[in-house]
Amino acid sequence: MVVEISCEEVWREISKYLDGEINGEMRARMEEHFKGCKHCTAVLDGTRNVVQLVGDARAFELPAGFSNRLYLKLNRRLGKDR
Amino acid sequence: MNRIAQLDPAHGGHESLEAEAPPRSSAATSAVLTKPLGAASEAELIERVLKGDDEAFRELVHPCEHAVFMATQVILNNEADAEDAAQEAVLKAFTNLAKFRGDSKFGTWLIRIATNEALMKLRKQRHQKLHDSLDEQRDGEEGEYVPRDFADWREIPSDALQKKELRQALSRAVASLTPKHRDVFVLRDVQHFTIEETAELLGIRKSAVKTRLLRARLQMRDALAPGIDGSWSAGRAEYEQVRPW
Repeated sequence: MVVEISCEEVWREISKYLDGEINGEMRARMEEHFKGCKHCTAVLDGTRNVVQLVGDARAFELPAGFSNRLYLKLNRRLGKDR
Repeated sequence: MNRIAQLDPAHGGHESLEAEAPPRSSAATSAVLTKPLGAASEAELIERVLKGDDEAFRELVHPCEHAVFMATQVILNNEADAEDAAQEAVLKAFTNLAKFRGDSKFGTWLIRIATNEALMKLRKQRHQKLHDSLDEQRDGEEGEYVPRDFADWREIPSDALQKKELRQALSRAVASLTPKHRDVFVLRDVQHFTIEETAELLGIRKSAVKTRLLRARLQMRDALAPGIDGSWSAGRAEYEQVRPW
């Protein structure tokens, strides 16, 4: 029998849970809580989804002409240094 | 010695900002953020650059361009400043390439330089706005954060990142975080630094990183849940319109 845990306790640990830092009894208690709590499941799903999205290299675009300007500046520096 | 702090005389000298230290997340960072170069070709390119082959440096940097810009953009939240910081980072990498020992991938080393460059720029900007002292006063006043009560979360697939609306919504959400929460979130979740590395880069305790990360992640989730125009209408027809991914 797993001891019940409150929503507030779940929110406090949810970030560490996603990072795999919660183990043993606490993890079991949280998983049992998620089974019966729609709100906490939504918080978990959404937080996991956000972490996955922002960690994707496609989330932030390279501005047009970035490469050209970079190598132009580099060329100027190379011309000065060498 | 190859400390980022030494690359910029204006920087106050931060012991933890070792550019060549082999971070535990090196492989993950470079794998996610840069197109991989073979180990041999990377070493070869570096050798060629050191012998005076400038073209080889461009070949070395090219696969990392996106990651370098991303590293500065998420911290500075301003395209012009981010581009400026990214350029400076590449120039510093070039000037200091002889000091790169190859303990980590070149891309990881370059991203660290870019991150530090952006953080230094940010500190200067905040110093001007006196935000730093206000941030410090608020440290230790981390109250409980109560996530908004949304009925469910409809997953946003990674492929939806092709949509400009989603990328803009992500940028807006990151920008809406307070500076101290944004710094931690960006280093940990966008740039994939470990908790330890994030703590070192920002000069704060690991426990503070974890507390701020929790708050930032929950706020990001709340900011993105309602859709791009901010109106929450789950379960109704207009839900599709406000959140088209």
